[in-house]
Amino acid sequence: MSQSTRTRNPAYTPKDATPQRRFPLRELVLFGALLIAVLAVYALMGAAYSTRMLVEAACYAILALGLTIQWGYAGQFNAGVMGFVALGGFCAMLFSVPVNDAFWGTELPGELGRVLLYGVVATLIVVGVTKLNRFGVPNKLRTIIAVVLAVVLYLVVISLLRDVTGQIQSQAGFVGGFGLPAWTGWIVGGALAGGVGYFIGHVCLGLRSDYLAIATLGIAEIIKAFLKNSDWLTRGTATVSPLPWPTPGPAELGFTLARALYLSVTAVVIAVIFFLLHRAYHAPWGRMVRAIRDNEVSSAAMGKDINKRRLEIFVLGCILMGLGGGMLATFNSLFDPQGYLPLNHTFLVLVMVILGGPGNNLGTIFGAVAVYIIWIMSEPLALALMQLAVFIGEGWFGWEPPRNLESRALQARVFVIGLLITLVLRFAPKGLLPEKIKTHG
Amino acid sequence: MNELVFFINNVVIAGSVTGSIYAIGAIGVTLIFSIMRFAHFAHADMMTFGAFMVLLLTTLFPAAGASIGVPTALVMLPLAMLLTAALAVGIDKAFYKPLRFHGVKPIVMVIGSLGVTLMLQGLIRLFSGTGGQSLYVDDRKEIFRIALPIEGVRAPIVITEPQIYLFVITLVAVVALHLFLNRSRLGKAMRAMSDNPELAQASGINTNTIVAVTWVIAGGLAAIAGTLLSLDVTFKPDLSFFLLLPIFAAAIVGGVGHPYGAIAGGFVVGFAETLAVFNWHVLLRPFRDSLPTWLELPSNLAFVSTEYKIVVPFFILVAILVWRPTGLFKGKVI
Repeated sequence: MSQSTRTRNPAYTPKDATPQRRFPLRELVLFGALLIAVLAVYALMGAAYSTRMLVEAACYAILALGLTIQWGYAGQFNAGVMGFVALGGFCAMLFSVPVNDAFWGTELPGELGRVLLYGVVATLIVVGVTKLNRFGVPNKLRTIIAVVLAVVLYLVVISLLRDVTGQIQSQAGFVGGFGLPAWTGWIVGGALAGGVGYFIGHVCLGLRSDYLAIATLGIAEIIKAFLKNSDWLTRGTATVSPLPWPTPGPAELGFTLARALYLSVTAVVIAVIFFLLHRAYHAPWGRMVRAIRDNEVSSAAMGKDINKRRLEIFVLGCILMGLGGGMLATFNSLFDPQGYLPLNHTFLVLVMVILGGPGNNLGTIFGAVAVYIIWIMSEPLALALMQLAVFIGEGWFGWEPPRNLESRALQARVFVIGLLITLVLRFAPKGLLPEKIKTHG
Repeated sequence: MNELVFFINNVVIAGSVTGSIYAIGAIGVTLIFSIMRFAHFAHADMMTFGAFMVLLLTTLFPAAGASIGVPTALVMLPLAMLLTAALAVGIDKAFYKPLRFHGVKPIVMVIGSLGVTLMLQGLIRLFSGTGGQSLYVDDRKEIFRIALPIEGVRAPIVITEPQIYLFVITLVAVVALHLFLNRSRLGKAMRAMSDNPELAQASGINTNTIVAVTWVIAGGLAAIAGTLLSLDVTFKPDLSFFLLLPIFAAAIVGGVGHPYGAIAGGFVVGFAETLAVFNWHVLLRPFRDSLPTWLELPSNLAFVSTEYKIVVPFFILVAILVWRPTGLFKGKVI
């Protein structure tokens, strides 16, 4: 942009830079309003429903914390939160669902293991062939050999895999779970999401920031397509349910108490994450990350390893998303790959972060809970508004409403989320609780 | 020879169809990228919007095309292009211009365009419902079967009417764009601004006009691509997320900010997709008897099944970002 706009909107004004110990009026007002809203929902919808809403909001808060690390701390835009959430949900399902004896009792696990071993061996062979130039094979010839071999071996392995997975599907239904406690699934889900994040980040983080958005958008759709179509692994569209809870379920304690117990688990997780992030943010590491975000060239000149820090941040955010996704799936007690939608699991989280205040953990949690309440409440509201429109349309103009009105009314929410994103970016780019910028020195 | 005809039907024709659509979409993305320096995520929804406008106009005047012997949808296409171009300029004025004026980072523009994506999606679904609809309201889709004059070939080459229109329109659009960029004053100004915005402004080019012209071209092309895609299959309001990745992959493969590269990238991605889902077993069938007996070919030799088609553009994208981030034709901006 031109020089004039830059001087009109400086990144820091001296007012921002001076540390102020002020009374946290804004925080108190916002959280007070939030408390009133929560109490109103309790009064209107009953305790069981409202507690459920709070648990889901808490899970979303973990996702939002993951995104606020990436977007707020480091300025990386992840447009594929959904994919990492789905990975977390998948791991929670895989680890906690009871063991399927129809699968483990047969020779199928051995077959599957054999095919996976073939896959590993084939990968090793191809990797080995790419090193052939060290033994005097010309580079061009090596590339040709490697590509042809990779294609042939891939076709062999993939057709073996298709055979085995087809058999699993027809004989055992799906592989079932490991029957372990749910929290093991959450941790592995976080690790898996972090691994995928490492791969994506490794490819994209050195390039333009737009490329990361494109690649994450793509990987999210791929993860969803994989989970949806791998019936042998996830039962695909047939969905897996119920997923066991780590806490006593509603059957023993009743809905409200069981959900309240789950809420306390999520609250502890959020508190731990919040504490660790708070420490990291104020540590030298956090300062370095923000320095890279605000002025890449100068931090490179100071000898900071920019790409490595970026990768750390990105992977950390993805881990949190996987963890939150696992907790969400376990709470819903349902793993439905088709239920992962870009709107519900990417853009809703994005709105939470940019509305609450990117880079401000407290603001992010506020944004998560507030936006989730609005989101949940908007469904009956949208239906009511649509019914009103139909009533007026029928009565005054003799308009014949289309049949699938409910599904169309819910599309209005897509519009509202989009409008909210653009408006916040335009009028409140720092969110409701802006990141506090301090000088250290 | 029957196998070869099968190959032509399923790879050559299908690949050219997808390739053309991706190419037209990617040209728009790459133009916006070269002028405004951000990845425009709402492009796929502008395509859907264009197709939806055609659908709307065709339903309103279903008999308009019959009098001159072309499908009504094609008659309505120029009108839909105008509407989509107007929408694109309007979106820019309402949402992107304030952000640009504030001097935000490109990535904030990307998020803004995602917001616009959602708004367009919501509007289109609100008015059209979520199901698929054919753009052939009153006309019939003609299917041509060309039998090859060779002994022993039973299967004909199958090509449908919209596919022929698709090739013709793609060719016309590309030639027109080429002439515009190279011969007209505005086109040259556009290239100048894509090379160096400050210098272009200093030498008296009105950058606001250039931005508006870019949006008009991008909107018009988006309407063409969306309509042609919907003519070939059906109109669906939720096309966008599956189109975004191939289109961006095409733009990046060709080198961002490089319109001719985008065309090449579109065809690369389109053919890669069709080749990857093609079942190669069919081509090996004639050689069945000459293969060694120990080699038992499985009946499905496709690289990926159709459900995983989206994996192909993604891996092309990753490969190009790893080995040649500037794209095949050396784009201007990385």
